Amino acid sequence: MSEKTAITLHINGRDYAIAVEPRRTLADAIREDCGQTGTHLGCEHGACGACTVLVDGEPVRACLMFAVQADGKSIRTVEGLADGDTLHPLQQAFMEHHGLQCGFCTPGFLMLAVGVLEREPDISDDDLLDVLSSNLCRCTGYQNIVKAVRAAAQQMRGNRPAR
Amino acid sequence: MSTQSKGMSWVGRSIRRLEDPALVTGRGYFTGDLAAAHWVRFVRSPVAAGRIVKIGAPESAMVITAANLASVKPIAPLLHKFNYKPVAQPILADGVVRFVGEPVAAVVAASEQEAEDIADAVVLTIDETAAIVDGRAALAADAPQVHATVPGNVIVEGAHKTDGFDAAWARAHRIVTVEARSHRQNATPMEPRGGHAAYDAASGRITLTCATQMPHLMRTAIADLIGMAESDLRVIAPDVGGGFGQKMSLAAEYVLLVWLARQYKSSFAWREDRRENLIAGFHARDQYLTLAGAFDADAKLIALKADIIANVGAYSCFPTTAGIEPLMAMAELPGPYDFRHYECRARGVVTNTCTIAPYRGVSRPVNAFGLERLMDKAAAAFGLDVVEIRRRNLVDRFPYTTAYGLELDEASYRQTLDVVAKAIDLPAFRARQSEARAQGRHLGIGFATFCERTGYGTATFVERGMAITPGWETVVVSVDQSGLVEARIGASPHGQGLRTTLAQIVADELGISPDMIKVVHGDTDRAPYGWGTFASRSLVISGGATLIAARKVRTKLLKLASHILEAAPHDIVLEDGTAKVIGTDRSVPIATLAHEAHTQSHLYDGIEPGLTDEGFYDPPGTFSNACHVAIVEVDIETGQVKIEKFLVAEDAGRIINPMIADGQVHGGVAQGIGNALLEEIIYDDTGTILTASLADYLPPTARDVPEIDMHHLTTPSPNSVTEAKGLGEGGTIGAPAAVINAINDALVAFGVTIDEIPATPQRIRAALRNLSSPSPLWGAEKGGV
Ligand code: FES
Ligand code: FES
Repeated sequence: MSEKTAITLHINGRDYAIAVEPRRTLADAIREDCGQTGTHLGCEHGACGACTVLVDGEPVRACLMFAVQADGKSIRTVEGLADGDTLHPLQQAFMEHHGLQCGFCTPGFLMLAVGVLEREPDISDDDLLDVLSSNLCRCTGYQNIVKAVRAAAQQMRGNRPAR
Repeated sequence: MSTQSKGMSWVGRSIRRLEDPALVTGRGYFTGDLAAAHWVRFVRSPVAAGRIVKIGAPESAMVITAANLASVKPIAPLLHKFNYKPVAQPILADGVVRFVGEPVAAVVAASEQEAEDIADAVVLTIDETAAIVDGRAALAADAPQVHATVPGNVIVEGAHKTDGFDAAWARAHRIVTVEARSHRQNATPMEPRGGHAAYDAASGRITLTCATQMPHLMRTAIADLIGMAESDLRVIAPDVGGGFGQKMSLAAEYVLLVWLARQYKSSFAWREDRRENLIAGFHARDQYLTLAGAFDADAKLIALKADIIANVGAYSCFPTTAGIEPLMAMAELPGPYDFRHYECRARGVVTNTCTIAPYRGVSRPVNAFGLERLMDKAAAAFGLDVVEIRRRNLVDRFPYTTAYGLELDEASYRQTLDVVAKAIDLPAFRARQSEARAQGRHLGIGFATFCERTGYGTATFVERGMAITPGWETVVVSVDQSGLVEARIGASPHGQGLRTTLAQIVADELGISPDMIKVVHGDTDRAPYGWGTFASRSLVISGGATLIAARKVRTKLLKLASHILEAAPHDIVLEDGTAKVIGTDRSVPIATLAHEAHTQSHLYDGIEPGLTDEGFYDPPGTFSNACHVAIVEVDIETGQVKIEKFLVAEDAGRIINPMIADGQVHGGVAQGIGNALLEEIIYDDTGTILTASLADYLPPTARDVPEIDMHHLTTPSPNSVTEAKGLGEGGTIGAPAAVINAINDALVAFGVTIDEIPATPQRIRAALRNLSSPSPLWGAEKGGV
């Protein structure tokens, strides 16, 4: 085992000053050191996407990034998605369209979709399907996840201030 | 949630799930979210068979081995029938290892990382012995023996032959055969298994939180193996990230955690990683199914001969035993088809591979795959279309006793077939198919008609000869003095939305809105004893018990209201949270009735105090049914299969929440598609597993699963008080058969047959490559394949 390094993670607008080994993954740091257990681990190999969070706005597999690499970066997780009691349109759409069953993959899908829709609000249905096929869900068969994300995309476009 | 409009029933509506708000905000609580004082890492066997010579542990490390567990009994479930040979699985390998991944030692440390580091430094010296991997090869006379107590490696054997079988067989106009092979799969819940056992100094009790589908049975089994009082163990199934059967079997790892917590009076946790789950988290499906069907001149099946070889892995899973796959396959193989004569031999064979446990569909995905291939082959042999052959052979009178002796209740086998056949327009597809073929594109269509035995109670488990006979369920419904209702259930849902559907059932009985009803499950201290969630049973059995309990509470509410409102109970309705006298403005809130029942019971002579009642339900079982259709395109250059369209006509009786029911079918079909095309656990000849990550074992992604076109029929069951039939497994049962039939249809011009799942690109290419000469119907394709 090696020395710990002091880092600061900005998670959902709050600073967490923690000390981690260089080998500690961002996912473990978020869950264990910062207590934000909404981010889940399904494989720790970068294959399932359950651990997806946003790092400086980009979807990242938190099991494939070291915590030290995220030092000083701004991280968003599922816990920060709602605005107080007001759910994010994606959270709302997942509930309305039954985009979750056991809910284990849901935080990863939500963060993946948020990242993509914020960057590319007019993404085509087909490209969106490509993006969503980077995460795994074993319960839903995806149909309702895709439906939910499309519905939320539409709503998010509607909410966009006119240019 | 919208408020209820008068007289409108909650049952039958797609209301949003009560489970969801916590799960979409990251407030779900899964086993792996708990902190622990100690973390456990298992050192697992790197070889498939051998004798343990030495377990070399680093100095000062805490390493538990079988030597420490002399007082703990091995896992050894029993079956009292079918020539079952009991085998014992020690909690940690005791002298011998029998599969790659078997836990040999447990390292305990202050953190997960430290435990992993120490486990890496543990050196196992194992004298490797010959391993046997394949189920059919394990039957050879000179095959290595996996257990001394199982001569010939046959752990269980069932046989069935109807009277008059031989005479019927002799009348055959034509015999059609199928050699179906289902390779091995892993249920792959997105949350791997995991457990957390904590000692409570005040009470001396242990709480085991674990990713299980069966909390009460875990309590019973673990207490028994360890030799502790059952009431000293509390088992909690918190949010569980999918199970699909894998999490109903007892994990040896959980026994060790409880033992540690008790021994060292502290908390101990284990989080299975994906590799462990893929190599040691139970496997499924590995079967050879050989079928021969005797058809009369009208293409009517008159007799079926079957040989089932189920590779059950190294040990017998608890509680269902190694008999579950072969015996259920034997019993349910006749499916929805009308024929009187059946001969079957079903063997469970032990091998040096990970233990097989139930996985969504249990044996029936393979059954349907074999039987539906038989139907398509018969159609070809008789020159009939694939719909007509089924129409001629499906059961259409009820109740119907199958050639094995199961009673099929009212169902819609032919109707579901007709619905999809009409929706798909077979002649139009055939025209499109030949056009495409002329352009060198290979489309195919596949049908699968099947029934799904669901919601069966104790009698079925007795019939199977299981030493443990789950089946019944109890539900306790109580109304507190604020008018909130709690339904405590013994089922243990983990994604099925039961908190919502059961609340809908109670809401209708008590005239309140579902968000006033809390369904409590997954905690042996809070829920009545029950058997958990598996086998498409919970909505039928736990839902039935819920309805029965709610009706008792309703009766009592009406009696109390009748006193207060001075009206006859039958003149009172419960709606919008109040009891009202019909046609008057006299009413009393249910909360007031609850308050009276608790605190003013002296006023109500002849009515028991409180407002709690219990419902018990143990039904005989029912059958839901469906017809699946897949349209695929096979790329003959790459062997890639694309599913262009997928249709399902499903009949699960009365639907409590259509949104949730559809979700169950979608998820089931997706798993069936994975089983048909992608997912395979592969061992090499030495028993080393080659698919130990999700980069090698491939559950389908959003790109692999098409949109599913759903059609509903509703034939209520007399065997279910809610009239609902279960449907959790159906999607997985029908999809592989439909997809494989479609692939074969697409390749018919080449004269190749694919009777193996998954039908991977490699397998399809191999079949095409093995053709001696290109087919004349090659279409636009030129050159060799
Ligand atoms: S846990 Fe990170 S991709 Fe699976
Ligand atoms: S909802 Fe269970 S894995 Fe996606």
